Amino acid sequence: MSPRARQISCVVVLLGFGAFLVWGVLGLQDFGHWTGLYGRRVLKVASSERQVTNVVSAVNFDYRMFDTLIEELILFTSVMGVMLVLRHQRGEDPEPEHAAGDSEGFEDTTDGVRVLGVILIGVTLLLGLYIVVHGHLTPGGGFQGGVILGAAVLLVFLAGEFVTVRHLHPVETMETIEAVGAAGFAGLGLGGLIASSAAFHNFIWTGTSGMLISGGTIPLSNLAVGCAVFGAILILASELLEQALIVRR
Amino acid sequence: MNALQFVTIVMVCLASTVVVFTRDPLRQLMVAGIAGLLLAILFFSYQAPDVALSQIVVSTVAVPIMVLLALVHIKRDEGEHEEEDES
Repeated sequence: MSPRARQISCVVVLLGFGAFLVWGVLGLQDFGHWTGLYGRRVLKVASSERQVTNVVSAVNFDYRMFDTLIEELILFTSVMGVMLVLRHQRGEDPEPEHAAGDSEGFEDTTDGVRVLGVILIGVTLLLGLYIVVHGHLTPGGGFQGGVILGAAVLLVFLAGEFVTVRHLHPVETMETIEAVGAAGFAGLGLGGLIASSAAFHNFIWTGTSGMLISGGTIPLSNLAVGCAVFGAILILASELLEQALIVRR
Repeated sequence: MNALQFVTIVMVCLASTVVVFTRDPLRQLMVAGIAGLLLAILFFSYQAPDVALSQIVVSTVAVPIMVLLALVHIKRDEGEHEEEDES
């Protein structure tokens, strides 16, 4: 195909796509005037039925928890895929030569970054824990909190050395944490099946709305997802770091 | 649409355009982070704090880590090739 024909076909396709996009957006309901029944019902019922103040988490981790389970498994599978692709293969030197330029390609971390990193580690860790634990009360939850917790550990790398992070045996520990999170999530579903013959039924006493311990299984699911995401982020990062740092060691 | 929503929409459009026209990957990553934060403010102004939080953690933690590590990787490969060429 000549460049000219390619350009013309590209313009035609883009115009068609643009037309459909504009058509679709014009057909949308005005902001705040959605007429779906499900959303209204959930808004009316959730806070009194499940004793949570963050209705988003009631939908994600209770009413539509099987959706979240699938998302959780997608994350789990994609992490396994990355580990499979980045594993040491035959013919690759697992302990690469030390001679090849110790800090080549890496400039030494400046003091400013180190000090800021050390200060931020504690704050980030606390924020991550807060967001995971208060998922059913305020915006946030397992996913957001898990990523923030992962960032806190990566700050250790930024402020110190990869060696320090290696002492934590990231991959082995994180694999366990991720697997425990995923299993815990599935276990909560099974618990509902056993306790009230419906998978993912909220089978724990829901407590009083606004308290830290309330919402039945919702905070527990947040914790499980938090563990799984925390593990996943760190496995991804440390697998990629291993690859990136292979020359440095 | 109130003033905050209008201003953030305009800024998101500007920032996203800047991301597209930045050619250096490292600079592009920084600009993309700022665009992501503006997008988070936009979600927040439309009363979706949960989505805003997810946007913040993805655009300022998850994506930069992946891209930075990939960049280090590519740089190292380039360095090796140069050494091979010299020898």
